[in-house]
Amino acid sequence: MARRNRPTAEIPNGSMADIAFLLLIFFLVTTTIANDKGIAMLLPPKPDPNQPPPEVTKNDRNIFKILANSQDRLLVEDEPLEDVNSLREMVKTFILNFGNPGEEGVEIYNSLPGSMKSFVSSFGRRSDYSDDPTEAVVSFKADRGTSYDLYVQVLDQVNAAYNDVYGERVGLSANEFLQLDRDDPIQERKYFAARDGIPRAISIAEPNKIAN
Amino acid sequence: MSKFGKKSNTSQDIPTAALPDIIFMLLFFFMVTTVLRETDIMVKQKLPKAAQLTKLERKSLVSYIYIGEPKQSSLFGKEPKIQVNDVFVEVDEIIQFVNQEKDKLNEAERDQITMSMKVDVDSKMGIVSDVQQELREANARKILYSSIQTSDNI
Repeated sequence: MARRNRPTAEIPNGSMADIAFLLLIFFLVTTTIANDKGIAMLLPPKPDPNQPPPEVTKNDRNIFKILANSQDRLLVEDEPLEDVNSLREMVKTFILNFGNPGEEGVEIYNSLPGSMKSFVSSFGRRSDYSDDPTEAVVSFKADRGTSYDLYVQVLDQVNAAYNDVYGERVGLSANEFLQLDRDDPIQERKYFAARDGIPRAISIAEPNKIAN
Repeated sequence: MSKFGKKSNTSQDIPTAALPDIIFMLLFFFMVTTVLRETDIMVKQKLPKAAQLTKLERKSLVSYIYIGEPKQSSLFGKEPKIQVNDVFVEVDEIIQFVNQEKDKLNEAERDQITMSMKVDVDSKMGIVSDVQQELREANARKILYSSIQTSDNI
């Protein structure tokens, strides 16, 4: 069987790059790189209509009050505050005040690394700040007219303060603490060691019904 | 004695044989990372900036609520509106939306539903807190204030 001289069956691939370019441009245009990041929060459960609203039994000094009005002005611990970014330090000193620690508070204080103990003593024990971290609550109340931008900034600062505290307990920065991967057992242990005993107590009050 | 008239003997062609491969590589990258948008967002979305962000773990548990000024303000007015899926909803329809979203999940995972709030920076807290009250009512308590990472974090 003699072979005939057939023309080679080749696909011309000179325009392959052009076709790929076309597809590439399509995907470049349609792509939205997912940015599913944000400040996580847990809302309180819905109030039970049969039960009266719980009374606040906490001492006033254990509550760090942040108020925001409709002009986006802040009132922090009954004093006006201009710079949102200073909240981080204030909240941190508030949490780590150890003014009058209970039993758990003493335990937590003893578990802190040395650098944090000196931080605590450097600020003294203010009588108007929290008794110990287990008692401390940060309360934030925004008005209906407060801008969402300010709301997120304040939440961000408060969260940053807590992450600073958590991170420092295990020798990490706030960001490194956030990036701990809880699927990895070693990092998970670190995460729970950092969180142990200090609840992230951020209370978001319902805004007033009427804007003022 | 012109300086510029000289011609070198080296060939000046750029080899293009590997070009398709390079383009394909880029193409595959974008094909893999791309998420085709399911909904048409009808409200302005300029997300706030924040530093302390957490990543969402499981995409399947997440539902989105968009709040902001409508893009077509001549049709819908300038007041911020709430959008879920492809439609504008009123505040009292959110419970229904949450329940629909919960029905899509396994029974065991229904409590873990996370609502991602994509709120425009120019919105006021009034509408956001109204939505939050409804979410409490609907028992979808995990929420995420979607925001953009600032670079100036320590």
